[in-house]
Amino acid sequence: MFDSSLDAVVPMLCVALAALAVTGAEAFRAHDENMPVGGLGIVGLTGAAVSSVLLWNRNATSFGVIVADNFGLFVTVVLVIVGVLTIMFSSPVVRRDGLPKGEYYALVLFALVGMIMMATANDLLVVFIALEILSLAVYVLTGIRRDDPRATEAAFKYFLLGAFSSAFFLYGIAFTYGLSGSTRLDRIGVYLAAQSMSDNPLILVAIGLLLVGFAFKISAVPFHMWTPDAYQGAPAVVTGFMSTGVKAAAFAAFTRVFLSALEPFSADWAPIVWLLAAATMILGTVVGVAQTNLKRMLAYSSIAHGGYLLVGLVAANQVGKAAILFYLLAYAVTNLAAFGVIALLGARDDANDELRDYTGLWHTRPAVAALMTVCLLSLGGLPPTAGFIGKWYVFSAAVSAGYYGLAIIGVLTSVVSVFFYLRVVVMMYMADRGPALAVPARVSGVGMAALVASIVVIFYLGILPTLALDLAAASIATIF
Amino acid sequence: MMPLLSLSWLVPLAGALMLLLIGNADGRRDGLIRWLSLGVALAPFAVTLALWAGFDATSAEFQFVERYPWIPAFGIHYFVGVDGISLLLVVLTGFLTPIALLSSWGSIDRKVKEFSVFMLALEAAMIGVFVSLDLFLFYVFWDAMLVPMYFLIGIWGYDQRIYAAIKFMLYTMAGSVLMLIAILGLAYLYSAATGTYTFDLLKLYTLDIAPQTQMWFFLAFTVAFAIKVPLFPFHTWLPDAHVEAPTAGSVILAGVLLKMGTYGLLRFSFPLFPQAAAYFAPWLALLAVIGIIYGALVAMVQPDMKKLVAYSSVSHLGFVVLGICAMNVQGVQGAIYQMLAHGVSTGGLFLLVGTLSDRRHTRLIGEFGGLKDVMPRFTAAFTIITLASIGLPGLNGFVGEFLIMLGAFRWDPRFASAAGLGVILSAVYMLWMFQRVFYGPVTHEENATLPDLRPREWAGVLPLCAMALVMGIFPTLFLKPMEASVDALVQRVRATQTLQANTR
Repeated sequence: MFDSSLDAVVPMLCVALAALAVTGAEAFRAHDENMPVGGLGIVGLTGAAVSSVLLWNRNATSFGVIVADNFGLFVTVVLVIVGVLTIMFSSPVVRRDGLPKGEYYALVLFALVGMIMMATANDLLVVFIALEILSLAVYVLTGIRRDDPRATEAAFKYFLLGAFSSAFFLYGIAFTYGLSGSTRLDRIGVYLAAQSMSDNPLILVAIGLLLVGFAFKISAVPFHMWTPDAYQGAPAVVTGFMSTGVKAAAFAAFTRVFLSALEPFSADWAPIVWLLAAATMILGTVVGVAQTNLKRMLAYSSIAHGGYLLVGLVAANQVGKAAILFYLLAYAVTNLAAFGVIALLGARDDANDELRDYTGLWHTRPAVAALMTVCLLSLGGLPPTAGFIGKWYVFSAAVSAGYYGLAIIGVLTSVVSVFFYLRVVVMMYMADRGPALAVPARVSGVGMAALVASIVVIFYLGILPTLALDLAAASIATIF
Repeated sequence: MMPLLSLSWLVPLAGALMLLLIGNADGRRDGLIRWLSLGVALAPFAVTLALWAGFDATSAEFQFVERYPWIPAFGIHYFVGVDGISLLLVVLTGFLTPIALLSSWGSIDRKVKEFSVFMLALEAAMIGVFVSLDLFLFYVFWDAMLVPMYFLIGIWGYDQRIYAAIKFMLYTMAGSVLMLIAILGLAYLYSAATGTYTFDLLKLYTLDIAPQTQMWFFLAFTVAFAIKVPLFPFHTWLPDAHVEAPTAGSVILAGVLLKMGTYGLLRFSFPLFPQAAAYFAPWLALLAVIGIIYGALVAMVQPDMKKLVAYSSVSHLGFVVLGICAMNVQGVQGAIYQMLAHGVSTGGLFLLVGTLSDRRHTRLIGEFGGLKDVMPRFTAAFTIITLASIGLPGLNGFVGEFLIMLGAFRWDPRFASAAGLGVILSAVYMLWMFQRVFYGPVTHEENATLPDLRPREWAGVLPLCAMALVMGIFPTLFLKPMEASVDALVQRVRATQTLQANTR
């Protein structure tokens, strides 16, 4: 079935075709016709998932710049899960908030195309193009509620700072090209290793610029400034999408660039990434404690989770690389589900995303409260959930690489983070009933299905992680 | 053979999940749920009794072992088994949970279903902690146990419940995450030595760890356990949690949860890092003795009965730690015996204080007086439990304290004599409270008409009183099964200590 050199782009192509189909459908539909375009997206994503499974272990390469190795495919599958859950959570939100349906789904799908491209790119320029595809789509999605000044502000801020970071990244590519004569990751690695460049200050400049670019996208401290505002301003479901999808794609590329091409210079960049990881974990959790808005709190929480992922990157051993992949999967499902709850409980005129809005949710919506609790416990890393195994994996990578200090910072910040996750639980379960949340009369069936599915995955990964762990380990075996 | 150990924690967990399926939004089925959860809780008790019956007391080996690969990539197994040290703690858990559930019938009247679910989930996790022989599995149960307890305190507790619940959770977690790092470090050391990862406790026992590393790992494990015990000065979460928790929660907290800390010292800290243990034992014992006296003194001045009992736990658990630090057969046997005895007598005290506070909605000693004539049967039960807690010969508290003092004296008479002061003080604060509550004239009118123990309350109190007597009169019944394992443990720790001291 897959014999041509186009094999590696098939997953991406499936999603791109779905995105084009959605755009076309939107263009040609009658004015008041209601088409299930979200379903088209699901079909495309299913195609991407199936083709990823078929491509597994084949190391297909297209045009020399897109490689469907197991690493890229694993992330692709994570992104497909993110996409499917996002579409499911979106369907009630789009209707409720009166969002432009065609444009919305098309943008989500185009963003996914960019993300998948980023995860499978083997060339710095392709990484850059992918970054721009996904960024542009996400900027627009952030501000898709044009009637909401907050969203517009968030989109604008995100756009400006994102443009900055892109420039940094591009500049880094230019330096790398100037030094090595190539933008292909495999060639850069070989060339730089052969030339013993480590005393050349320009290589450090190149690494630094690339690092800044990536750090912006994964919102590592101190490049996280845009995150709380963008996450709070965007519709909850979009926030869930970008806090998981963008992060997964960016981390995939980050890992690929730094742990394959720039691996020989790890002595130079590891201390810096160590600092980034520590600062990100600490600031994300400490500032998270002070938040009273749930979306903003989860924004800081996702900053902190970026820090845990960076720990895996610093460890830079086999365990660490596989840990990043497993953590991405666990985090993506959990975080998206948590934002899904916020999205489902919102109303058109009132986002209902203040912490106090959740007072006594247990009494009005016991099922949703229980599902939210599981998400929060998983984010906090308590067993038997996916988040616990993820943290276990990341910290065992750090310990086996000898980074005890980083591991200790990691576990202590995760205790602090449990404090603010528990504040939500306190509100839902223990606080005296105050002004009750204006709960929507009915929580959408599709949304609930997505939530329940996420919870099942969270427990599955938490109790029987073997399959996912083995796949993650197999994913890194082929390339690094 | 039946997988008894798996059943012992899976049955309550399955029961909890089953209760979740029963619709009870309006509280219509509260009665059914109460009976059902009691029935579910009695099943694991029967299983634990079967364990005891089938246990071979002459062997120091782990028995009823089950071992299946779980996460092969890390060498993690589902590996459970009991020896003489954990066996009776498992039985204690099975014994106390139905009593705690029964005690909640009078005081928990909202969200009964959720309460029962959390209680049963808690039982599953507690039993899991005691039977795990794989460090990963142990850590999973250890951490998972926090969640139901957090909800029990936070939802059904008294006024300061939220504060107490969060404090409980964060304190315990802060300690246990450092243990997590040490567990990972151990597994890493093992893989560096042999090439494979393992979290199997028995394999890790054989690992030869450099003294410097032992120190760090010992501290990481021991701080986690010291917080749980709680050892002075890590005890500040305990009065809050115990006082704010609903009665059933306090019974379980004092009866079982605290024992996880001392059990951890015995199972992990001392045998895994014997050299570091030898170095730190006097310091731990010093903290334990401070705790014994400090806990007793603070208990003496408490106006609140529940708080008094809570601080008495700090004092009593200090004895346990002292016995463990002595690391000789008498000390360790006494420590385990004291763990069991404290579970029965302090569990009983919380139960009785809870009964009283259900009737009067206050726990202040000053609000009572002269109850002896109003509630004679209640007074009788309270007398037995109080005397058991003080350690009167013939009751359960005596055996443990006596053995601990014996062991401590053989090890270091200074600690033993200081701890002896605690024995006297415990008589002072307990009897003084008893006198103020039960003797004298009835000072408050409301107290004159308080009803005596009801049949349902008897059902909870009677087994505890009986157990206090049985444990006091037939200590061999309980000492016998633990003997071989304790011998083996002490020998292993001692032998490694001398061996390493000689080779240096």
